[in-house]
Amino acid sequence: MFNYTFHWRPAFNALPRMFEGALVSLQIAVLSLVIGTAIAVVLALGRRSDNRLFYGFATGWVELARNTPALFQVYMTYFGLGSLGIHLDSYASLLVGISFNNAGYLAESFRGGLNAIPETQTRAARSLGMGATQAFRLVVLPQMFRIVFYPLTNQMVWALLMTSLGVTVGLNTDLTGVTQELNVRTFRTFEYFLFAAVIYYLMAKFITLSARLLAWRLFRY
Amino acid sequence: MIEIENVRKSFGPLEVLKGVSLAVQKGEVLSIIGGSGSGKSTLLMCINGLEPIQGGRILVDGTDVHAPGTDLNRLRRRIGIVFQQWNAFPHLTVLENVMLAPRKVLGKGRREAEEIAAKNLRHVGLGEKLSVYPSKLSGGQQQRMAIARALAMSPDYMLFDEVTSALDPQLVGEVLDTLRMLSDEGMTMILVTHEIRFARDVSDRVAFFHKGVIHEIGPAREVIGNPQMPETIDFLKSVL
Repeated sequence: MFNYTFHWRPAFNALPRMFEGALVSLQIAVLSLVIGTAIAVVLALGRRSDNRLFYGFATGWVELARNTPALFQVYMTYFGLGSLGIHLDSYASLLVGISFNNAGYLAESFRGGLNAIPETQTRAARSLGMGATQAFRLVVLPQMFRIVFYPLTNQMVWALLMTSLGVTVGLNTDLTGVTQELNVRTFRTFEYFLFAAVIYYLMAKFITLSARLLAWRLFRY
Repeated sequence: MIEIENVRKSFGPLEVLKGVSLAVQKGEVLSIIGGSGSGKSTLLMCINGLEPIQGGRILVDGTDVHAPGTDLNRLRRRIGIVFQQWNAFPHLTVLENVMLAPRKVLGKGRREAEEIAAKNLRHVGLGEKLSVYPSKLSGGQQQRMAIARALAMSPDYMLFDEVTSALDPQLVGEVLDTLRMLSDEGMTMILVTHEIRFARDVSDRVAFFHKGVIHEIGPAREVIGNPQMPETIDFLKSVL
């Protein structure tokens, strides 16, 4: 039935390189989440704004990010921007592409989170002499982050898994890139990619568990 | 001194304040009574600029609240307000709730803000609850925390918007005691309230609001004990 002999030794020998790749994947995921979160706060405000230009910009971003394939988004930042004369390397374009995607998805979560916070919270903050920005930053935003914490965790896992798209724009330092290079050299496809899958799985679990710990530490109220 | 001159305020086509004039002296306690929807609470929101007005003007120590150049954030430091729904900041402990504005608005250091907050919380009887989150407090305790939070800014005036209306009956007393204490200390206060007997006992003057205008205003005991206008008599009959 199987006409395939497993060779695990080369895969085991490649593990240190794959772990290095995993760290690169994790790094891109974390950076893209930080960038995406920052942009998403602005987009969420735009989605709630009366300013039509601001609203339109935010809505356009959200629509594009949520309704096109992530692969397309990464392609656009590499080849698309490239044909416009903006040349990003593989790492940067993957980071930009995933950040774009994160921002679009998170913006909608954040908008929902903001809607869940009563207007009276802002009112109470303003009545104490806080400016609009202060009230938002000190009173509204911390409460929003609690509401959106689990969607945020989800997006972090998504971001990590999306980093595997880097291989399509020539990234060879992340986990998928490293694995693919080993694969084309040896054609031990199953062994290498099984290991890669296990590493992705463990990293995703690690993210979920540490998020749970963090939530327990942060949200005591 | 707070001077309210012929103030008009509308929400869309609905005019809720139809020319209200009123002055509150330093150290005075004024209670505003009247039916729901008579514009009492709205007036308080106009005094600290949380709501814009469509006519007339409001002067706080000579500063025109609604003039275009007025720095409302600066003005609000001197006017504390406590709401019917106490609006505790749920993500902060009781102490942090009260520290926040002294730190971020007045620019006080952590230690000083902590001292101010603890002092005010002890003053309203919450000295044992400093490190607790608001969700662990009763409604009455949360409302007293909100009072301490406003007092921590050392305001010259305090506005109270039906601060006992959302409380269980057995918790009303502790909040009223706090208000009484402030009035004894000489705080200038405007109370919008449904607690008629309380208004009679602590206020210097009482104003009766009806359909967006002041129908009757005068010394507390006269307005409540011996009302002159038929609307006032009807209202007091219905609530006492």
